[in-house]
Amino acid sequence: MRRLSDAIYYNLIREQRYLQFLRGLGVSLQLTVYAAAIGILIGLFLALAKLGKISWLQKLSTLYVDIIRGTPMVVQLVLIYYAILGTSSLPKIMVASIAFGLNSGAYVSELIRAGIMALDKGQMEAARSLGFSYGKSMRYIVIPQAVKNILPALGNEFIVLLKETAIAGYIALDDLTRAGNIVRGRTFDAYTPFILVALIYLYITTILTGLLNKLERRMRASD
Amino acid sequence: MINVIDLHKYFGPLEVLKGVTTKIHRQEVVCVIGASGSGKSTFLRCLNLLEEPTKGEIIIDGISLLEQKKELDKLRQKVGMVFQQFNLFPHMTVMENITLAPIKLKGMSFESAQEKAAKLLHKVGLSDKNDEYPSRLSGGQKQRVAIARALAMDPEIMLFDEPTSSLDPEMVGEVLGVMKQLAYEGMTMVVVTHEMGFAKEVGDRILFMDEGIIFEEGSPTELFENPKKGRTQAFLSKVL
Repeated sequence: MRRLSDAIYYNLIREQRYLQFLRGLGVSLQLTVYAAAIGILIGLFLALAKLGKISWLQKLSTLYVDIIRGTPMVVQLVLIYYAILGTSSLPKIMVASIAFGLNSGAYVSELIRAGIMALDKGQMEAARSLGFSYGKSMRYIVIPQAVKNILPALGNEFIVLLKETAIAGYIALDDLTRAGNIVRGRTFDAYTPFILVALIYLYITTILTGLLNKLERRMRASD
Repeated sequence: MINVIDLHKYFGPLEVLKGVTTKIHRQEVVCVIGASGSGKSTFLRCLNLLEEPTKGEIIIDGISLLEQKKELDKLRQKVGMVFQQFNLFPHMTVMENITLAPIKLKGMSFESAQEKAAKLLHKVGLSDKNDEYPSRLSGGQKQRVAIARALAMDPEIMLFDEPTSSLDPEMVGEVLGVMKQLAYEGMTMVVVTHEMGFAKEVGDRILFMDEGIIFEEGSPTELFENPKKGRTQAFLSKVL
């Protein structure tokens, strides 16, 4: 008991170290939300490009997905940070958001593409026969159904994304994992800060899973 | 109203339509019959360019469909289509299915679109189903909603692609009833169907398609009572 209360005191209370974790959590969450938003936009664009009829866009989209999937995220992050965006004056968190978003977009695009391809082609035909353009058919008829169908996979992607942001420390961004690392450096206690970090991640992903299930149930209203 | 001239359609090396020429007049009900694989569905789907013809011309109200691709979406608004598989939008209620196109494409207000949809639902005998999702409807009900959805755009012509072929037998009647009513109201209709009774009773003209051409055509009496060609006779003897 004594050791536990000591551990908590040294790792959380002293020098207001809990603030370190809270700020880290804030950064991780921000990063995830921005990256997810960027990822959805890029994913949607890539999916539509790949399904469309313009051949150079198709090839570009395929190449993009291949490159992103074929290289480690941490390498992409560092490259984007130092080589491409490090020279600009963008805040570090935005650079990281873009890097994670670019990465997530590749995976999201494959999900969306699968979701669209799984739809009966009669849906598109019915929309076109009413006079909707290709774009409007996609927007009102096809994409809403595709998103509904891939929602579980999409939610999973965002949970993965949250955990992936744990490597943001590589570009010296003070996210939750790095907060654990910093505290460890001060207290020389390897376990407590990282068990804490793990519990926080677990707590957040549990909440996300719950929200996702709720959303899924609501969207199933039409089944 | 619709002028089809020498329509050809290839699927890869397979020639499905081998030169179809016909005219569809205003207020006419044309029924297209024939064995499966005879090209009748492809012909119908060419009429609103869901299939792009390889060669030939389709002229609607003086506008050539194949030359006016930019106007295609506008033209399709005038051509309603009902599918064998209904193709209702499963993520929307019956009401939303019907009102989506008038609101988004014609700029109709939400209220007037709903009012109109209510009238159409009444017409197809489904006034009580406004807020149901398609998954809760029977096949016959779905198809009647699909007809209402197409009618909501005030089409000048309605295309029916085997509208009763995927229905349970006891539901065929309710859909044909709605179609009959439409015909009597003067709607121009092209109906691909296996319902010979319907074709006989409602059709003004019957097209018998075989191997990608209009093999024989005529009034229902001519074609059903007195077919001239051997293959028409053979087909009819199988289905009647």
